[in-house]
Amino acid sequence: MGRMRNLLIPGVDKALLIRDAVKTMPDLTRRRFISGGASLGALTLLTGCDVTDSFSAEEMLKQVSKFNDGVQALIFNPNAMAPTFPESAITKPFPFNGYYDVDDAPEVDGKSWKLEVRGLVDNKKSWTLDELYQLPQVKQVTRHICVEGWSAIGSWTGVPLRDFLKLIGADTRAKYVWFQCADRDGYNSPLDMPSALHAQTQMSFKFADEILPRAYGFPMRIRVPTKLGFKSPKYVISMEVTNDYKGGFWEDQGYNSFSGS
Amino acid sequence: MSALTVSDEQATTTKAKVIQPAWVRAVHWTNAFAMVLMIMSGWQIYNASPLFGFTFSRSITLGGWLGGALLWHFAAMWLLMVNGLIYLVLGFVTGRFRKKLLPITPEGVISDTKAALTGKLSHDDLTKYNYVQKLLYAGIIVVGILIVLSGLAIWKPVQLQYLTALFGGYEAARYVHFFCMAAIVAFMVVHVVLALLVPKSLRAMIIGR
Repeated sequence: MGRMRNLLIPGVDKALLIRDAVKTMPDLTRRRFISGGASLGALTLLTGCDVTDSFSAEEMLKQVSKFNDGVQALIFNPNAMAPTFPESAITKPFPFNGYYDVDDAPEVDGKSWKLEVRGLVDNKKSWTLDELYQLPQVKQVTRHICVEGWSAIGSWTGVPLRDFLKLIGADTRAKYVWFQCADRDGYNSPLDMPSALHAQTQMSFKFADEILPRAYGFPMRIRVPTKLGFKSPKYVISMEVTNDYKGGFWEDQGYNSFSGS
Repeated sequence: MSALTVSDEQATTTKAKVIQPAWVRAVHWTNAFAMVLMIMSGWQIYNASPLFGFTFSRSITLGGWLGGALLWHFAAMWLLMVNGLIYLVLGFVTGRFRKKLLPITPEGVISDTKAALTGKLSHDDLTKYNYVQKLLYAGIIVVGILIVLSGLAIWKPVQLQYLTALFGGYEAARYVHFFCMAAIVAFMVVHVVLALLVPKSLRAMIIGR
């Protein structure tokens, strides 16, 4: 509930606040600011009256969002493919997007980077970039839709996540694949198993036929064209197959967790 | 609907005549509440990625930031949709749409518009809508259906991709959704002003007569 209270701050656009804050704040304060600070909790609704029992409003919104997770899981059709486009439709330049400037994007050393695999899998070996590059890859040209509303068409090439999950002997009856990223703030995001097993969900290594640039998540991002953009984490360093809901960077702040398209 | 059997003569003498049945009043105010929540949270969502060169003042938005506004929007949408469906079903089943909104003739709309602009439009019998009302009330129902469908098209451009394609794709659906909102807001302004100018119509929507 404490988390949800932070969502409803009249007069403060939190997304903008965060962008400003990360520019000026030292590392340690950042995450704290995002998850716990600046809590006003008052909700101004219609008449401008202070809904002091906004606990109930927040609790209601939280419950409805969970209900919406269920509804979306129910209507998710594993055989429905996100529409694909010709290469000529690709948005140029494809926008960089993050809660930080591109100059502050994580810089990962591809030579020492390893993808850590944890949880309900048979083979927990870590994977180097060269090893991952050896796996069969497919290309997709799909629309990336941001939670903010804008969209852009891009080309991603990589290994279908379901092929990789099979390769490592993942228990695909588990509920989630949980990703952690190299971001200093510890970006992470849970992906429900049916979406993880969708044919178009991939571990992307290339954008527009080039090795994924830093701006788009080098060395590896997850691309989920059946979900909003924030569910496609960049700079991934580990994945965990799990039955536990471990939350996520934006999910914890109130974005709907399923966020299917 | 016994009120409908009352003759015109009785209507002018009987105060008990029901102008707006209870179910109409219930769905009307539920819709008003849901619409206000949807519009105010929608404005905050719009601000995250504006389609035009302006944003909505934060003093008239709901949710505080994008995440909060989305929670409101995707909660109030259930109220709006379920209430809207009840309205549509009852509107057809009770024959209210047919009796109240039809027929709409161009001549009727033109002559009533002239009468309205010259202040000669009668509001003596609130049970009968004039042609301008008929057109606007029928039109806003269509817009209401469109805004829900375009909203679904934006929300689920993969699962409901045929619906999204019907609107000309994801980006086009955003514009349709926006213009439907603009039409509803414009309707609301006129609607509220006129209800205040003819207070007995407002009373009828509150207590029924």
